[in-house]
Amino acid sequence: MTHDLIVLGAGPAGANAALAAAQAGLKVALLDEQDGAGGQVWRQPLPGLTGLPVSAEARSGDALRAEISASSVDLRLSRRIWSVGGRFRVDALGPQGNETVEAPSLIAATGAHERVVPFPGWTLPGVIGLAAATVLIKSQGVTPGRKVVVAGCGPLLVAVAAGILKLGGDVAGIVDLAGRRDWLAALPSLATQPELLGRGLGWAVKIGAGRVPVYFGHAVKAAQGEHALERIVIAPVGRDGAYASGPDITLETDALCIGHGLVPGAEVTKLLRAEHRFDRLRGGFVPVLDAYGRTTVERLLACGDGAGLRGAIIAEQAGRLAGLAAAHDAGVVPADRFAQIADPILAAISRARPFSDAMAGIMALRPAQVAAIAPETVVCRCEDVTRGEIDAAHEAGAHDLNQLKHFTRCGMGPCQGRMCGDVAAELLASKVGSREQAGYWTGRPPLRPVPFDALMGAFDYSDIPIPEPAPL
Amino acid sequence: MIHDLAVVGGGVHGATVALFAARGGMNVTLLERGALCREASGVNAGTLTMQMTRVALIPYALRAHAMWASARDWLGHEVGVVVCDGLSLAFTEREEELLTYRAGKRREAGAPIELITGAQASAVEPGVSDKVRLAGYCRVDGFANAYLTGLAYRRALLGEGVALREYTPVAGVEREAGGFALQTPTGLVRARRIVLAGGVWLEPMLAWLGVHLPIKTLVNQLAVSERVAPVMRTVVGIANGLLSLKQYPHGTVVIGGGWQGLGDRERGGVELLPDRLIGNVRLACHAIPALRSARLARAWAGLEAETKDALPAVGPVPGVDGAYVCGSVHSGYTSGPYIARLLADQLLGREPELPLFPIDRLLSPGDAPRGHV
Ligand SMILES: Cc1cc2nc3c(=O)[nH]c(=O)nc-3n(C[C@H](O)[C@H](O)[C@H](O)COP(=O)(O)OP(=O)(O)OC[C@H]3O[C@@H](n4cnc5c(N)ncnc54)[C@H](O)[C@@H]3O)c2cc1C
Ligand SMILES: Cc1cc2nc3c(=O)[nH]c(=O)nc-3n(C[C@H](O)[C@H](O)[C@H](O)COP(=O)(O)OP(=O)(O)OC[C@H]3O[C@@H](n4cnc5c(N)ncnc54)[C@H](O)[C@@H]3O)c2cc1C
Repeated sequence: MTHDLIVLGAGPAGANAALAAAQAGLKVALLDEQDGAGGQVWRQPLPGLTGLPVSAEARSGDALRAEISASSVDLRLSRRIWSVGGRFRVDALGPQGNETVEAPSLIAATGAHERVVPFPGWTLPGVIGLAAATVLIKSQGVTPGRKVVVAGCGPLLVAVAAGILKLGGDVAGIVDLAGRRDWLAALPSLATQPELLGRGLGWAVKIGAGRVPVYFGHAVKAAQGEHALERIVIAPVGRDGAYASGPDITLETDALCIGHGLVPGAEVTKLLRAEHRFDRLRGGFVPVLDAYGRTTVERLLACGDGAGLRGAIIAEQAGRLAGLAAAHDAGVVPADRFAQIADPILAAISRARPFSDAMAGIMALRPAQVAAIAPETVVCRCEDVTRGEIDAAHEAGAHDLNQLKHFTRCGMGPCQGRMCGDVAAELLASKVGSREQAGYWTGRPPLRPVPFDALMGAFDYSDIPIPEPAPL
Repeated sequence: MIHDLAVVGGGVHGATVALFAARGGMNVTLLERGALCREASGVNAGTLTMQMTRVALIPYALRAHAMWASARDWLGHEVGVVVCDGLSLAFTEREEELLTYRAGKRREAGAPIELITGAQASAVEPGVSDKVRLAGYCRVDGFANAYLTGLAYRRALLGEGVALREYTPVAGVEREAGGFALQTPTGLVRARRIVLAGGVWLEPMLAWLGVHLPIKTLVNQLAVSERVAPVMRTVVGIANGLLSLKQYPHGTVVIGGGWQGLGDRERGGVELLPDRLIGNVRLACHAIPALRSARLARAWAGLEAETKDALPAVGPVPGVDGAYVCGSVHSGYTSGPYIARLLADQLLGREPELPLFPIDRLLSPGDAPRGHV
């Protein structure tokens, strides 16, 4: 064993888990594929890029990065984790090729990925994810286009719009799936986190000052253009996400940032065969956890958005708890001390919950929106599988997600089903009765596609441990 | 109602027996714990090769190959079968010896394998490494797209009127007057005769009848690349059989050969061992160097059954009238349809074209059923 604990993902959850466990005395390895800690929300600008506007998030990220450098945590960046097995062995591709770390405890904190509910034209150049836009803005200070429409649902809408304005860009409109009524209903919960609400309102003011039109209760019906995006058509939707009566509106734009919430990246806990359950509010199938983040697999813990969407604030706290629990289970934190530290964190999580639930509610997948996808619309963009083909595969006998994959190749492409999986499962669930019936893709390596070349490194034929010949 | 035949296990063996029995006029039901052909028969490498087939099975595999090549005629649906040349490579002196011996034995059994030089191998397969010293060359080779097996068989079985019961695990079987009653979550299913076609689960299935047949579970790892431009046009293996490699028309390259991962009957193929995955990939890229620039998209593991003598378990269950077993065929995806059809012939009262593989040879005296079944 190289370490006492391995933490996968150096976002708010994983970084705090690693820090808490290291503080308690564990030898911790913290791995992330990015070249700086901070995860999605506190992503740092690319090296050498200066002059980007400084946000509250950038400051939090810098503080976290400083704390990690000052700690005993063995931080390994630019490590693409591709295999997790044993109890526990992690393989990651890094600058020196494949690298292995081993420890008796593991915390999965790999964050979320974004969900886009398909519509005609969503695969046109110029259409990008809403969360993806935050990456462009934060890491490179680049706006996604000259005249951008921001669409979908959740807090990233205003964050992205405000980010574009701050960089001097032009926002042609915000198209929000949620209506004014949804936001008003969420307001009391949002007010429990005045700082965050204040940040949101600050963005809103910026957006107001920029005279950006906001279309509440609208969805993008189509993205159009000859070779790339030229315009979008939007239409009103009801609270359930289905199209409602009302006129179509056309907006000229060369970039559409669109996202319909996030999906927990629970691949590690699935790979290790922990028990999972479907939780619509938390974004999909999530590992079954105790209050401290322990999964049903011994010494495997999970925290942050990868274990169910709760947002950055709870990610930090849940990370601390998981790190502490791992240290306790390793025998370095006595029970009374554990309770002493854990109780206030649990209380902080309870306080953050109403805000987090309200946000998660606004981002949760709306079944009626999925039901409205047209038969000819591509759902799996890696393999060009349409909704009609998914329905036909169900007719032909594919009654669970893995069989659907076999019948159609849906999810077999380079995104490994991350983009299409949630929507494909929802489509199938509408036929077979429930998401539980439809199931989820079996967890398999690699967690990310990895180049053979880097995986193999330099070798001689005689180095290959070829097993004994098969019987003749 | 009582069926003429109940087949338990919907892999390529069970599905083929059910299909030909129904086609022969029997009233058939097929019970499958999960979805059709989602275990070994849906996750295997799909290689239809003589150069990995056990010598004793070559006559069967040759006929089975012809069946796959004409799947459209008897199965009626596409399984993506590509018939092409196959090469088995030797990179060292020891491998040359092994290849010469093994190819010779397989040739004696009827497989049209010739030995060719490295230069000749490059002419057959321009993508092959220049380090090849000797190659077994066989024109009877190819591959299918295993993940389409369930789709094709499902249509065929329904077309033939088989009562298909998917997501129906059988928990046990009782003997009763005139046949058998299978226990399922939705009640008893009755049939005059039964075929147990449970892959690696044959051992627990036969235990229902009081028969103890040890079945070893192999956990085979496989890997697939992303779609890439053509890097090869043949099926490529190595002398000792630990590589199977081919590129599908849509561009992905599947890498296999039987490198072992972790798992068992109870949990499935649950874990891939990264060192073995890397070893298997190295071997593949050593054989086809252009593959180096591709990316690994996914790896998985499936379960393959093996008897004590690594030969099939296909025939009547000794001491239990009307019960049959069908499975544990080495390279069973290749030979499965033919061998299972032989069993269907026997059930239909026809003389099988080639002998079956009765399990009496594998049972010790104490393993016979104890009558109380
Ligand atoms: C693209 C994107 C942008 C987002 N932007 C915002 C935002 O601007 N504001 C906001 O409040 N919330 C944002 N979110 C929501 C975000 O999930 C949470 O706010 C918060 O970052 C969750 O913290 P976490 O630690 O759970 O996960 P993350 O912050 O996502 O951290 C997970 C880390 O794991 C790493 N990782 C995952 N898989 C692997 C692997 N196989 N190998 C190596 N490393 C791996 C990732 O690189 C990442 O750094 C965004 C989410 C996404 C997906
Ligand atoms: C990874 C891998 C790669 C392979 N590559 C090749 C190859 O390239 N070429 C080749 O020729 N062969 C290959 N093989 C071998 C080949 O796949 C198998 O020999 C063949 O598919 C076995 O078919 P089967 O029907 O006997 O078993 P299976 O396909 O395993 O079917 C058995 C079925 O029984 C069902 N079952 C079990 N218990 C119950 C129950 N209680 N009630 C109801 N149903 C039950 C299971 O769910 C399963 O569907 C490979 C095998 C593996 C695992």
